[in-house]
Amino acid sequence: MGYVIEMLEITKSFPGIRANDRVTLQVEQGSIHALLGENGAGKSTLMSILFGLYAPDSGSIKVRGKDVRIANPNVANALGIGMVHQHFKLVHNFTVTENIILGLEPKAGLVIDRKRAAARVREISELYGLQVDPEAKIEDISVGMQQRVEILKMLYRDAEILIFDEPTAVLTPQEIHELMGIMRRLVKEGKTILLITHKLREIKEAADFCTVLRRGRLIGTVPVAETSEQQMAEMMVGREVNFHVEKGPAQPGEVMLQVEGLNVKNAKGLLGVKNLSLEVRAGEILGVCGIDGNGQTELIRAITGLAPAEGGKILLRGKDISGLPIKERTGLGIGHIPEDRHKHGLILDFRLDENLVVHSYDRAPFSRLGVLDFRQIGANAERLIGEFDVRCGQGGSTPVRSMSGGNQQKAIVAREIDQSPEVLVVAQPTRGLDVGAIEYIHKRLVAERDKGKAILLISLELDEILDVSDRIVVIHSGEIVGMVNAAETDENELGLMMAGCRKEH
Amino acid sequence: MKMSRSKLLVPIVAILLGFALGAAVLIATGRSPVDMFYAMLQSVSGKNLRADTFNPRYIGEFVVQSMPIMLTGLSVGFAFRTGLFNIGAEGQLMVGSIAAVAVGLGIQAPPVVHVLLVLAAAMLAGGLWGAIPGFLKARFNVHEVVVTIMLNYVALFLNNWAIVAIFKSADSVKTAVIPETGLLKSAMLAELTNGSRLNWGFVPVLLSILVYWFIIEKTTFGFSLRAVGFNKDGAQYAGMKVNRNIVSSMIIAGAFAGLAGAVITVGTFSFGRALPAAEGYGFDGIAVALVGGNTALGVLFSGLLFGMLKAAQPLMQSQGIPKEVASIIQASIVLFIAMKFGIEYLMKKLKPKKTTVEEVES
Amino acid sequence: MSLLLTMIPIALVYATPLIIAALGGLYSERSGIVNIALEGIMMVGAFTAASVTVWLEPSPMAAYWGILAGIAAGVLFSLLHAFASIHLKADQVVSGTALIILAGGVTVYLCQIFFDQQRTNAFSTGLSKISVPGLSKIPFLGPVLFQDVYTTTYAAFALVVLTWFVVYKTPFGLRLRACGEHPQAAASMGISVLAMRYVGVLLSGAFAGLAGAAMVLTQDIQYTIGSVHGAGFIALACLIFGKWNPFGVLGAGLFFGLSQALSIYAKDIPLLQSVPQDFFYMLPYILTVIALVVFSGKSVGPKAAGELYDAGKR
Repeated sequence: MGYVIEMLEITKSFPGIRANDRVTLQVEQGSIHALLGENGAGKSTLMSILFGLYAPDSGSIKVRGKDVRIANPNVANALGIGMVHQHFKLVHNFTVTENIILGLEPKAGLVIDRKRAAARVREISELYGLQVDPEAKIEDISVGMQQRVEILKMLYRDAEILIFDEPTAVLTPQEIHELMGIMRRLVKEGKTILLITHKLREIKEAADFCTVLRRGRLIGTVPVAETSEQQMAEMMVGREVNFHVEKGPAQPGEVMLQVEGLNVKNAKGLLGVKNLSLEVRAGEILGVCGIDGNGQTELIRAITGLAPAEGGKILLRGKDISGLPIKERTGLGIGHIPEDRHKHGLILDFRLDENLVVHSYDRAPFSRLGVLDFRQIGANAERLIGEFDVRCGQGGSTPVRSMSGGNQQKAIVAREIDQSPEVLVVAQPTRGLDVGAIEYIHKRLVAERDKGKAILLISLELDEILDVSDRIVVIHSGEIVGMVNAAETDENELGLMMAGCRKEH
Repeated sequence: MKMSRSKLLVPIVAILLGFALGAAVLIATGRSPVDMFYAMLQSVSGKNLRADTFNPRYIGEFVVQSMPIMLTGLSVGFAFRTGLFNIGAEGQLMVGSIAAVAVGLGIQAPPVVHVLLVLAAAMLAGGLWGAIPGFLKARFNVHEVVVTIMLNYVALFLNNWAIVAIFKSADSVKTAVIPETGLLKSAMLAELTNGSRLNWGFVPVLLSILVYWFIIEKTTFGFSLRAVGFNKDGAQYAGMKVNRNIVSSMIIAGAFAGLAGAVITVGTFSFGRALPAAEGYGFDGIAVALVGGNTALGVLFSGLLFGMLKAAQPLMQSQGIPKEVASIIQASIVLFIAMKFGIEYLMKKLKPKKTTVEEVES
Repeated sequence: MSLLLTMIPIALVYATPLIIAALGGLYSERSGIVNIALEGIMMVGAFTAASVTVWLEPSPMAAYWGILAGIAAGVLFSLLHAFASIHLKADQVVSGTALIILAGGVTVYLCQIFFDQQRTNAFSTGLSKISVPGLSKIPFLGPVLFQDVYTTTYAAFALVVLTWFVVYKTPFGLRLRACGEHPQAAASMGISVLAMRYVGVLLSGAFAGLAGAAMVLTQDIQYTIGSVHGAGFIALACLIFGKWNPFGVLGAGLFFGLSQALSIYAKDIPLLQSVPQDFFYMLPYILTVIALVVFSGKSVGPKAAGELYDAGKR
């Protein structure tokens, strides 16, 4: 049983960062081989090199024992290597078939032979059990089906080695099970699978071997059956990992935020949130968990004021804020840590001190009669930088774009918490952050809770929800399908609800 | 606000390259770049180095040519800071000109008051013309580029119609002369510069530059405009009224351009004119804004630069140098600035920089 | 009714360059590059065509050589936009604007060099009209569509059909559209987005050059700075109005052509006699703004058009 893929001493640098530092990866034919590491560890870079999207600075690649140079995806395809991307590379208004044949279209003279294309797609789809609708447009099909289209793209090109890049980020626990099944079937048909992930549970469930990367370096390759999750986690992070944030029991007080029968339209004009009700008390953290796209975005937009409510009420300490503009809600005590810090949380081209006053620049002490007071703005920045330990190159005048993700998020957290809001709406606060930053933010949230704030935590990471929340509600198709205490539930129960099964009371 | 070294470098390199290209074009077609540079020098300083004469009239005309394009430069630059591309400065200018003629001919008022009303009317008209694309963008998300270009043509035809139908032009080309009280003209300044058309227009121009700087850098309004310009979503999340900002920004941009129309009509000239085609102040404004980095001081200097190019044209033409070489130089400079990302990208590749804290997504 | 029939030939003359230029814009934008410099390329094409025609007269094929030269000039000129936008990642609208200024400068400059004046010399014939023998006898439409029509008009119709075929039926068209909608997807399938976009822009250069040549040879007697007078921008409007679809572009072009014809014949229509001529000149432009508003909202253009393509983005 030889190695079907060998990447030897691969080094790749980008301006300012060494993404891969003499990494060696050897994959056995017919295995499922996981590539584990945190964000920024170098996994995707390594696989992009294998797929021909980048060229390594040094090192060599062998496919089936022969030295190769993979200059572009075409060469990779010719070698039988295919990649199923994390962020799907599908043209939204093309059909499933068009996406699959793009670049390798069957021809009848000058024209695309659509009949032959559809037939071939049907053939492969049946062989591997990947159910799709060939004539449907990508923008109309489910995420699960879109992923199957991604896989079919590779099988259409007779890929033997399939790279899966973080495939489970957008799937329900049940769909993840299905995907594991698909992977095992592919291996049975003779394929080899490379699985990029940072989810230990999935590695334990599906993989034969696991290679761990940390900060661009190879830590080691282990047989999965003989390694525990704890051990793999420690290899990934480099120290003993404390999975859980320390917190005492919650002392919930009065109801701070009340949502009653809320209806909110989504981007397509349909109801993204339907007749939703929840309440958050002072001194507790309410976690909202669910699969991406089940109404979380619309819920947040309605509460913060970015989108109007079609029906229902939002009450802040008993006062109806449903019709109020964003600025007034902020003034009344709603803070918001948005899920996309680059798009919504910060103005990247502004300085740090400017970003820190983005809510308050138009009132004293930061401005008077419409004119800004830069001294006050600077002093404010200094204070927050110290209090929240925000690392920035040039203090308040640091251009935010040059700060690391973790520190950018800290800046946002600093800004929002400093406003001392009664209710803090927190969405995906630790996305893309390293473990140290995650620990800090979780500790901070618990600290605010203990000060008597009401915190609404929306997250796609089940672990985060289970760890940080006091109470948990599950959202599915825009409705709350269940509510539990964090201490009394587990992933399976939550997973079922996330898939739509209502909790029996 | 610091102007970092690399920010200054790009416009300067672009300007040098532009002039080099112009010189190359001249050489390739058998003309002398030296003649061109002499003409440019003379149009700025009044000094004819070859004949060793001095005529301040050139300096006056140089200022006259620079003034309107500084204003359209402010117009375009202001919109740019807010994330909008205002190609409509030309139309806003023309509408401002119409308003200036209307108030100039249409009402009577004491000396300073009259001209102030003229200027105010021009700014108002320009602002309204700018509000149209602003509103359409805010409300319907219609891209401002095509709308403003269309409105430029509408303004042109509106102007020509008004000259004849409303202002009752005798020869269908010019209106009656506007009474002195409504003009920016100054006999003193004209005499000082040996009969040039230099006028008091430079006062509103300099004031505009100051106002521009103040609004953008010092006010809360400017803060929110810049935020919207950099990141519409982030600004909205922070509670800023994005749509209102877009409209306000275009109104102010339009006002600057409208003022330019007034400066031309009651400063450079003293009557309204029907035009066969747009005169290009809008495009000049784009060049000025881009080269000036959309800053007040930058617009001042690049306005002088492109003003010099304009002022030198008649002199060049009379010496056998086709005056279009000025447009070629101008276009090249803008093109080189547009390629700045490429230039910066190349510079980064040539010089390995020290490590910055950057997050590479794996 | 007979007035309408007399207006149609003129409308076709006006519409032809609009349709051709808009089709060029279609190729460019479908590949992901916004090309507002169509106006500038048309000017270059018009200048070249006029100059070559003047030089080659009285040869009977002079105008056709002029057209060929115009196409070539358009391709060369658009190379600048392609290089700036694709390789040097310039802002596409700024680059386009610069090219418009450049086109005006270069064309009149060369007029001064070659003709010692700020326009070309006048050519005596330009493009000649033709009649199709059998078809021109068809009642009603015959005289309108097949008698005394410029070949460029037929070319425009043919190009519409050809474009539809290429863009929607061939592999090339599929890949082109993929580059404009989701360049990362195209790249991951081994398509060279760079090459595709170059092709798109150069095609737009060829088409716009042809459009400019057609315009000057059928509507004017020489090239001046005002020869194209905004037709390139109206062509852009046709593209938007026509929702980036070849047949839509055809319809939009005919519509704008008709509205321009209206400005000439308005004095013969009792209802419109009192409307000043300037308002008819304004009409196409106002209609465009209205069309933009009506078709606003959901974006129908290629999703990635105008965005910088970053090969490193995942």
